[in-house]
Amino acid sequence: MKNVFVYCEVTEDKTIADVSLELLSKGRKLAEQLGVKLEAVVITDEAGETLTRIQDFGVDVIHVAENKELFPYRTLPHFKIIHHIFQEEKPEIALFGATSVGRDLAPRIASSLRCGLTADCTSLEIGNHTDNKTGKEYKNLLYQIRPAFGGNIIATIVNPDTRPQMATVREGVMKLEEATEKKKATIKKIDTTKLIQPEDLIIKIIDRHIEAQKVNLKAAGIIISGGYGMGSKENFQLLYDLANVLGGEVAATRAAVDAGFAEHERQVGQTGVTVRPKLYIACGISGAVQHRAGMDQSAKIISINTDADAPINAIADYAVIGDVLEIIPKMIAYYKKHSK
Amino acid sequence: MKKIKILVLAKQVPDTRNVGKDAMKADGTVNRAALPAIYNPDDLCALEMALSAKDILKNAEVYVITMGPTRAAEIIRESIYRGAEEGFLLTDRKFAGSDTLATSYAIAKAVEKINPDIIFCGLQAIDGDTAQVGPQTAEKLHFPQVTYAEELLELDSTKIVLKRRLERGVETVTAPLPVLVTVHGSAKACRARNAKRVMQYKHARTATELQEETRDYTELFTKRPYLKIEEWSADMLQANEVYLGLSGSPTKVKNIDNVVLAQKENKVLTASDQDVEELMLDLLKSRVIG
Repeated sequence: MKNVFVYCEVTEDKTIADVSLELLSKGRKLAEQLGVKLEAVVITDEAGETLTRIQDFGVDVIHVAENKELFPYRTLPHFKIIHHIFQEEKPEIALFGATSVGRDLAPRIASSLRCGLTADCTSLEIGNHTDNKTGKEYKNLLYQIRPAFGGNIIATIVNPDTRPQMATVREGVMKLEEATEKKKATIKKIDTTKLIQPEDLIIKIIDRHIEAQKVNLKAAGIIISGGYGMGSKENFQLLYDLANVLGGEVAATRAAVDAGFAEHERQVGQTGVTVRPKLYIACGISGAVQHRAGMDQSAKIISINTDADAPINAIADYAVIGDVLEIIPKMIAYYKKHSK
Repeated sequence: MKKIKILVLAKQVPDTRNVGKDAMKADGTVNRAALPAIYNPDDLCALEMALSAKDILKNAEVYVITMGPTRAAEIIRESIYRGAEEGFLLTDRKFAGSDTLATSYAIAKAVEKINPDIIFCGLQAIDGDTAQVGPQTAEKLHFPQVTYAEELLELDSTKIVLKRRLERGVETVTAPLPVLVTVHGSAKACRARNAKRVMQYKHARTATELQEETRDYTELFTKRPYLKIEEWSADMLQANEVYLGLSGSPTKVKNIDNVVLAQKENKVLTASDQDVEELMLDLLKSRVIG
């Protein structure tokens, strides 16, 4: 009762997804702060080694549901099991990865339990709250913090009256940290045969083929990123040229992706990938907070922008004011001149 | 053969690329009146998937539901111009301040009035990016859901086959009807307006819009009753007020911070040869590159 729960997503190669391990790391801190337990939920065909891995994170209890129908992920059987666990265990907080699985499952659970859910949080904290209208005081709520609305604001959302307090978080936002003291978790097996009914299995998966992501921004040490200010898809070619020379990868803002300048998988920001490269070169990017949320941990940031007042300049180590189409060819030229 | 009812859930959203200072009200909710409004991009993909479903089935009709203030009727006209038969505007002060849960409750009540076989909606809306209303509406209706749909592969009056776009690949699923489908932004773009339909429906109005018109539409609407866009209030949905608006929203905005950037020690350079050369030398010297 009143514990912190993390839904542990099982990947194609039967390991626990990084985002879930990150949430276990964060969940442990929240649980310590609240003086409650950390519990994990694993739903798959055979949990096997995943249970060992989860115990690296200081988990007190692991709820395990194993059934051949439970892998690969399908909405309804997973929903049934989580709904059952949450009704029995009454969690205080429940965290899900903001993946295609978590974003499919968490809202359905929130709806059936009639509780609040905040998507894509960039920070989670514990704090108190006083209701403005009623004056009622709440202790130790989960602050679900996310940028909202055009990037001009950071909103702190609370769920004062409903439990669990649910949130999703993208991969790479929370830090993955194993517990310093290992402990053995209690394993609770769930009887799936009673829970899963034929009507939960009406959606059939005919085919899955896994294509490794062509672009791996998270692994890139150098990222050359373009915004709407690049002007066109053709101009984006300059970024690829610079990336080729420096050995980096090309990324884009949401506005640039929406405008068709770059593929969706290159998007950095709150609704894209979060990156921490050693060098991030922001070209024609004004720096909306949603974008910065995905890159502001970069070791070094260079902004290239015609607007001296662009918000990105405030977090840049170097702000180059000028026309990106003129500056990038110069960068390539001077790099070639001095690198050998 | 039974006629198949296809329903699209569409949202009018503020164009987040053009956000001004008065975008938020003091209570932390969005001041929609101060922003240019557009058809949510993923919802346009959902409309296209619905229209292609109609093309496949022949014996099918496409309806649209949108929730919002009077001006959201624009979404219904736009949908009709592109091929939808009819739309319904959920509009009521009681809906104001709804989070995704309260929104999905109101929408589910409206869906029950239409009783569709397939619901298509965008994966997410650009103002909130939550992707929650689709699955929450499906749960309220006890419909199965297929999220992240990118392509409609097969359809008949009993089942639908869809390709889903996931992080690392694609998945093909078959689902019996009824079902709710959320459509990914990578799906086929929506067809253009049909010029004939634009001519036929350009005067389509809700009752509230008619009151604001200077010209008298009485005669036109008597002759062409299909021009009337129906408005549905909370009462007409027989919705329980406890589940609507702020009271039906478990998430509360505790506070809103305007973003203030901490100024970092930074070098400001120009586009001059000298400055760019200095920059590249700095980076090489500090071994950030090279």
